[in-house]
This record gives sequence, C-alpha cells and structure tokens, in this order.
Amino acid sequence: MWSNEFDYTGPIEANMETGFLPRARFQALLDTLHQAGYRCVGPQVRDGAIVYDTLGKIEVLPRGIRDQQAPGRYRLEDTASPRYFSWANGPQALKPNLFTPHEALWRSERSTAGAIRFVDIQPPADLIAVIGVRACDLAALRLQDRHFLEGAFVDPYYAARRKNVFLVAVHCTHPAETCFCVSTGDGPHATQGFDLALGELDDGYLVQAGSDKGNTIAAKLPLVPATDAHRQTANQEMQEAARQQTRSLPTRNLRDALFANLEHPRWENVAERCLSCGNCTSVCPTCFCHSETDETALDGKQSLHVRQWDSCFTQGHSYIHGMTIRADTRTRYRQWLTHKLGSWHDQYGRSGCVGCGRCIAWCPVGIDITEEAREICQGGGHD
Amino acid sequence: MTNASVPHEIEVVERIQESPTIFTLRLRFTDPELHAAFRFEPGQFNMLYLYGVGEVAISIVSDPDDERLFNHTIRVVGRVTRGMAQLKAGDRLGVRGPYGRGWPLQQAQDRDVMIITGGLGCAPVVSVINYVIRRRERFRRLVIMQGVKHSDDLIWRQQYARWGKQPDTQVLVAANEGATLWPWHVGNVTELFDKVEIDAARAVVMMCGPEGMMRVAVDNLLERNVHESNIYLSMERSMNCAVGLCGHCQYGGKFVCKDGPVFSYPDVKPLFDMRGF
Repeated sequence: MWSNEFDYTGPIEANMETGFLPRARFQALLDTLHQAGYRCVGPQVRDGAIVYDTLGKIEVLPRGIRDQQAPGRYRLEDTASPRYFSWANGPQALKPNLFTPHEALWRSERSTAGAIRFVDIQPPADLIAVIGVRACDLAALRLQDRHFLEGAFVDPYYAARRKNVFLVAVHCTHPAETCFCVSTGDGPHATQGFDLALGELDDGYLVQAGSDKGNTIAAKLPLVPATDAHRQTANQEMQEAARQQTRSLPTRNLRDALFANLEHPRWENVAERCLSCGNCTSVCPTCFCHSETDETALDGKQSLHVRQWDSCFTQGHSYIHGMTIRADTRTRYRQWLTHKLGSWHDQYGRSGCVGCGRCIAWCPVGIDITEEAREICQGGGHD
Repeated sequence: MTNASVPHEIEVVERIQESPTIFTLRLRFTDPELHAAFRFEPGQFNMLYLYGVGEVAISIVSDPDDERLFNHTIRVVGRVTRGMAQLKAGDRLGVRGPYGRGWPLQQAQDRDVMIITGGLGCAPVVSVINYVIRRRERFRRLVIMQGVKHSDDLIWRQQYARWGKQPDTQVLVAANEGATLWPWHVGNVTELFDKVEIDAARAVVMMCGPEGMMRVAVDNLLERNVHESNIYLSMERSMNCAVGLCGHCQYGGKFVCKDGPVFSYPDVKPLFDMRGF
C-alpha cells in the first residue's frame, strides 16, 4: 500500500534549531543534497518571473531580486541585497513538482487481431529537493496531500513524487502587496511540513530541521552556532513581514456566508470583468482539477492515457452528454469561489485558500479574491 | 504495485439495438479470473474505455447475480458513445470499476418501493426495477413511473407492460408526445402523481433523470408526506477519473463519482436544481 510508505503525516513542530549556515557556505546545502541523490529544484529568474527549475549552483539563485506584485501585475527589480530569497513568490508553487501539468497514466496497445493490452506506466522514482518553499506553499501541499493521498483512492503518481521530495522551506520576510497568508493562518513563518527550514539573514541562514531526513542533511552541513543576534533579527523580520500584509479574507470559514449569497449581484459584476481564462486556477497551489484524454499514436497501435491540468473556468469542465452545467462566466466564477473558500471546508476541513495571492497578481484583469469574497460575504454588492 | 486506475480488457459478447440511438452491450472480461471476481450493486457505474478514443462513465444495468455477463445500455451522445455504437460481438473494450454508491436496496426491503425516471435516464433504474421484480417477495408494493419525451423513446416497452400485470405493482408511463397506439398517458410523467398508490410512511423512492423532473417529483413526494431521507436520486455530472480526484463531478462539497451517484435527498438538497452547480 502506498499510504504506508509516508513519513510526512502529522504536524511536525520544528523548534529544533540546528545552527547557522554562513552565506559563503550556502553552496554546501546544494552539494550535500546532490550527494544524497537529490536533484535540486530552486528559484531562478526566467522571462521576468521567479520560477522553480533544476538548480546546480547558487549563482543561479535570484540574488537581490525583489518582486513587485499588484492585481494583474508582476515585476522584478534588482536591489543591492545579498539575499537569495528577498521576494514573495512566483507563478509556480510546489504543485507542478508533485501534481504535474501533464502526465501519462497508462498505455493501451492494440494487436492486429483487435486484442487490447493495458500497460501500467510507472511513476517516476527520482529524488527531488525543492529549495525556497514558502509557508503558504507548505499549507497548499498539505491540502494536495489530503486530496491525492488521504481519500479511499491513493493517487500512485502523486504518491511516488511526494515520497521522494525533500522540502527546504525559507521563511518569508518580503511579502508582496498581494499576499494575505496571515489572514488564512498559513504564513509567513513555516512551522511544519518541511525537512529543513531556513531563516535568511544578510550573512547567512538559521537552519532548523523538521524531519529525520532533514536532520541527516543538516548534520552534514558546515554549520556554526547561531547567535542571539541572529535569532533576534530573524524574529523581527518575520514579525515585520506579517505586519506588512494589508490584504485579508474576512474570516477563515466563509462557507455559510458564500452559500447564503448565491444570487448576490456581485457574481454578475465579477463575471463582467472575468475573462474565464483559468490563470487563477493554474497558479493556485491547491487547485486539483484535471482532465483525462487519450493521445493516440499515428499508426494506431498504441494510445497514451494522459491527465492534464483542467480548470473550472473552461467550457469542457462541466460538459455532460450534450449540455454544459456552467455555460457562463458567472456560474464558473461562483463555482470556483464557493469551492475554494466554501465547500472545501466540507471536503478537507478547511478553506482551499492559503493566502499566496497568486490568483490576484496573475489575473490578467486584476480580479482580487479578497475583494470579491468581502463584497459577496458582507453583502456589500455594488454596480 | 498495482494501479487501480488502469482498465482491464473486456469483450463484447452480444450487441442489442434498443432504439435508433440506444444500444446494449453484453460484456465479459477476457480474463476469466477477473470476470469471476467482478461484483457490483445496482446503481453503480463502470468507466468503459474505447480504444484510442477515451473513457465514459456508464451505469451497469444487468442483475448483480448474473455471473455470465454484465450489461451496459448506452445512448449515443458524444465522441466515445458514437464510437461504441459501432462495436459488434467479439470487439474489445477496456473497463475499470465498479464505482460509486448504488441504490439503497437493503433499506428498501419490506417497504413500498417507488421508482421514478424521466427522459432517457432509465438505464440506472431499470437495473433496480429488474432487481426488485426478480426478488419480489422481499419488497412490498412496487410503483414504477417512467416519462419519455416521445413514445418511441421508451425502450423495453414489453417489459413495462409485463411489469404492470404483476400483483401489487403499478406502472405509470407518460410520453410528452405519443404516437398511434400509445397505451399510456400523454404529458409529463409528474402529472400522474394523483394515481400513485403508496404507503408514504413506508415508501422508499429511487429516481433518476433530468433535475427539473426530479425537482417536481421530490416536491410531489414531500407533499404526500414521504420523508425526505427516504428519497434517493441518481445524479449525473462530468466524470473523468471516477475516484474523486479529477474534480469535474463536484456538486458543492460532494464528489458525485464517489459520494454518489446515488444520494439521499437531504445530501443534495441545498444546491438541488440550482443552475450552475
């Protein structure tokens, strides 16, 4: 059984500080992970955004880069800071590494006599270490775990990747204008679900281990004792990061308020602005919808059964024998918001929003989930 | 490691044309061991896979105790079902399943059973009608209500006539448009509620069909003091994975594929018949 192979379950209180990694020795973290067999994946600047990709050298990290985010806006700027993580987030979270955008599930082969053979496609077995995971992304991962691993059916592809991922969190000290993780209770401080957590300072990193795997790696790092000054600065910066957030959701459970307002005029109002493009669902670290389709070889001898990310903003998402349940943008936006902030509580015991703000920044027309939720739940509909 | 989302090969043993657009496939697993191990309950569905085209969720219509074959009655509506309509005896398909929660047949024992269906959604309930008819002594009164758009859409017409002749059984059929020699009601099936004779306090109702029709039926039943927890509906939503992962079939906080497709009315009541959910 897949479900027995995990050691991620249960909140891990990571109060064990293991030491301080001087900035000049940061490459040692990547080297140690490489030696342990991990492919490192970390933040780097590409096409004007911070993305996560294979990382070999610390020189690739976004040193001194800051992100300026606003509704419908994402820009990077250079600063003189020596830090690698002085930004909030990019369009990707952990999601593409575990629940991949496009993946073959199985293959069918047809013989000339017409017999069909089904071939199981094995999930990948490579070890991945993700560097620079945010607290909001860890909260989102916990939700994806509940969806893909903790129901009656355990998804073997997600499970294989999940088992092999090593998570290096970095506490967030530079929230963007779009961030609201404090109001959802998910950040900016990573408190659980990581293997290692780093508190970044100008001269290096406070290192905490959150698992046995994390302890093993930390023991191989060239750590020096952390000072009280380090701890004090790190704490101050995290408090300041929380204080800087201006956006918030009205409460953590909007289920009843949303379902009591299904005919609120604001749904029509937001539908007039929404392009139904699905960007919000692509960047959302918790959205799990996917479609399954067949990709057939041109010679007709085999067909790949693949799944790929889908969005409740598409026409096809609710298509059923000749009709579409959600043919218009109003019902699609309403489905998305009532699910994300409402019925997610029924399914997984909490909201599906972790306050990362990606859907705000990456919406081409700058729709702000916090504003829409407030208008709909507090009865403040306007034209 | 076995991956439960991979289909198994099945073979078409017989194909029956039920109407111009509806056909039944009688199927068996090509692996006899898999065939012997296959168990389902009326109301559950399979994911049928047409090679190179894709999968589609179809309810199982045959009797769960039939060990020889299992049947799917399919209407041609989309890409996959159009392709399946071309199948003939000996052709191969894939199947995975069964999935979902079926009808509350244990709960219905020793009670009046009422089965309501509309449109062409009759297949999921025909399995339960046949189930009850074959085990008639376990149930009390049986009322069957079936509505179709046009009288030509009523498949298994002889069966309805035969069921109507059984003791303690009432068959009420309606077509919005009736052709010559149509022996039953012309109009909406829900207009026949006045003729229904059941003991509301002991009735278990199972229904399937368009949500508008089911809404009217539920309202009629509640008016007649049938308790809402004794009303069961089979819901239909888009399904890709059938195991609660792909998200297409979400209905509020429910996943129709794994929490349904058969729901008790209180489970779906908050959003029932609301456009867009």
